[in-house]
Amino acid sequence: MRDALRDDAVMRRRTRTDRNPLVVALVKALAPDRVDDRPLARRLFARDASVITGGHTGVVCHPTTAAEVQACVRIARAHGRAIVARGSGTGLAGGAVPCNEPVVVVTTKMNRIIDIDIANRIAWVEPGVVNLDLTRALVPHGFHFAPDPSSQQSCSIGGNVANNSGGPHCLAYGVTSAHVLAVEVVLADASIVMLGDVSAEPIGYDLRGVFVGSEGTMGIATRIAVRLTPNPPAVRTLLLDFVTVRDAAAAVSGIIAAGVVPAAIEMMDAAITRAVEQYVGAGYPVDAAAVLLVEIDGLPGGVAAESAIVERVGRENNARTIRVAANEVERALLWKGRKNAFGAIARIKPNYYLHDTVIPRTKLVEVLEQVYEIAARHDLLVMNVFHAGDGNLHPLLVYDAREPGIIERVHGAGAEIVAVSLAAGGVLSGEHGVGLEKRKFMTKQFSADDLDHQNRARRAFDPDNVMNPGKVLPSGASCGDVQHLDAMPEGAWV
Amino acid sequence: MGLSRTLADFADEVGAVGAGPVCVRGGATQWDIGGSPDHGVREVPAPSGIVAFQPAEMTVRVGAGTTVDELHDILARQRQTTVLPAAQGATVGGLVVVGRNGVRSLRHGPVRDVLLQARYVSADGCLVTAGGPTVKNVTGFDLCRLLVGSLGTLGLLGELILRTRPLPEAQVWLVGEADPWVLVGRLYRPACVLSDGRTTWVQLEGYRDDVAAQAAVCRAVGLVEGAGPPMLPVHRHAGRPVDTTTFAARHPEAGGFIAEIGVGVVHTTHAVTRRPVPTGVAALQRRLRVEFDPTSRLNPGRDPLAV
Repeated sequence: MRDALRDDAVMRRRTRTDRNPLVVALVKALAPDRVDDRPLARRLFARDASVITGGHTGVVCHPTTAAEVQACVRIARAHGRAIVARGSGTGLAGGAVPCNEPVVVVTTKMNRIIDIDIANRIAWVEPGVVNLDLTRALVPHGFHFAPDPSSQQSCSIGGNVANNSGGPHCLAYGVTSAHVLAVEVVLADASIVMLGDVSAEPIGYDLRGVFVGSEGTMGIATRIAVRLTPNPPAVRTLLLDFVTVRDAAAAVSGIIAAGVVPAAIEMMDAAITRAVEQYVGAGYPVDAAAVLLVEIDGLPGGVAAESAIVERVGRENNARTIRVAANEVERALLWKGRKNAFGAIARIKPNYYLHDTVIPRTKLVEVLEQVYEIAARHDLLVMNVFHAGDGNLHPLLVYDAREPGIIERVHGAGAEIVAVSLAAGGVLSGEHGVGLEKRKFMTKQFSADDLDHQNRARRAFDPDNVMNPGKVLPSGASCGDVQHLDAMPEGAWV
Repeated sequence: MGLSRTLADFADEVGAVGAGPVCVRGGATQWDIGGSPDHGVREVPAPSGIVAFQPAEMTVRVGAGTTVDELHDILARQRQTTVLPAAQGATVGGLVVVGRNGVRSLRHGPVRDVLLQARYVSADGCLVTAGGPTVKNVTGFDLCRLLVGSLGTLGLLGELILRTRPLPEAQVWLVGEADPWVLVGRLYRPACVLSDGRTTWVQLEGYRDDVAAQAAVCRAVGLVEGAGPPMLPVHRHAGRPVDTTTFAARHPEAGGFIAEIGVGVVHTTHAVTRRPVPTGVAALQRRLRVEFDPTSRLNPGRDPLAV
């Protein structure tokens, strides 16, 4: 980084005529202070919150309008560069890591909440609006934006759209796609289109639906209409603790089998519970093998009825204690523990690597046991903190990268965890996306024909493969020199 | 349990490009939407039957040719259902490719959110899998959402995995003359609020105590328990939710109407011309269709842009 700062100083002394024509054109279209090809910026924007290093940024642009985004795309293409869009950079799969010196379009300066339209229960936002800022703006109206990734204090709604992000409360409310009605998009030819609309049933193919989760490969969102969710009249948060992981997992399956879909069911195993408790002091029982954080919301009758079912299923599965948050302060503290879980890991080991597979929620017991067995066989510490209600595992392999041979073991164990998840009838990613990280596993879930069809959808949007090339699908432009398993950047969330 | 015919047999019957234009005939209950298949297009049936219903998973794997009535009958035995609209004789695959929402979408969401995985036969006769079997999945591009509302022009559906939901403990319709927007504002997640400009129909769902309490809110503004839903006029128009308030004034040609308040769908006795699709979006739609079906052999004559 010191080198980059020195190089920056050199660069500042240069005159604009030294600069390459790409940068000159971009400066002319945007503004000098919103186009940055200095080494420091190029290094900063060569990474996201994933473990992937080795990206190469061409130039970093900070547009403030859709017209400027169009200009970035037009100019990039005129200079033979690809385009990589990026929000806050909290992605965990390398989706925003630039390959081959593209023009990186950062949307964080497009951060206006354009309109809150309570009558239609929508809000129009620019892509750089931070997820939690929208929900905060909705507080006086009694509404919220349902997707709540753990990174919601930092991640942008444009990034949520690109990754079809989830979060604890997506169990009952659905992931981002269910909350996006329309997206204004700058396509690869620099034209601008509105995908979907705010009517109940847009005409034609659901282009909005395939755009959400396309990880920047189909265009750049410049304006988004999101659905607003009314705040529930009643909420109850329960903490159940168990002396075996098996009992906790069985309780999760039992709750769903009883016909209850809570707002959230989060599970934490012993190692992560202890780490979080030391870090946050949320009041978690540190001697438990696993805890479940269950939230029920809705009208008071349903909340009471479903809480009773959760408590019954918990007791049937040998829950040791069941605590109900007595008030909003207690509830907030219980959630603070969960949402800061990943900050706590640094206390255990300096590095971690995680997967994001989903398994059928009826198979939690057997797959978790396999995950522990795999970690033990590779002599690794695994911690589990995850969205248990929808079967979305987040096994975290924690390690110290300085230990010789550890990287190979982490890789080996990770691949086996993916394999057992798929064998159980699961999928590769529940909410983090594929990015660069999971491309190599795509052929384990999809056939060549399946992937061919996904590529056809991408090609309809971007025939020349210039939007975030080399991501999601295993073929296409490669990003051969990327490296995995560097330290997780500070402030990464899961 | 099991499919009436294998997916491989279905793919063989659809055949490769040389086998010519082809469509699936389900219940043919909605062939007026987006145009009928061209005359002489070969019709094949999709596999039918329930392959696996996992109540504890809240998913069901079903042949596209299964009728929605049969599916919902079987799910109801375990007190579950799907958001697919009830439609006599219609098949699950047909309802998915048409993609029109039922009247309870205000509470339960749209059809496009219910399809978790689809196995379909492509224009070149290959069996393709879109999506995945789990309730949460962001692996790869979301082709399932493209298939919903595609009118069978991107692939012919063979087998689907759908999200199910619990049937409510209680439900009730209330009817009367009241401002439907007042009710949308005061009720928490009603299943349905309908208005013909004079009469309002409300359906409430949920736990017994909650339904009773919400029904009291309805009674306070003059509704009484009654029958619902009313017979819906045959034509359909979709706009912004608030536009339903001024719909009659803006569209006198619509004749009689019943609006889904808070949703934006208006059922009309006469057809209403919709806004044209912008050229950029129409071009993208066409490129997509050509990518999936370069020789236009899947459901020729049907056009998702012409609904």
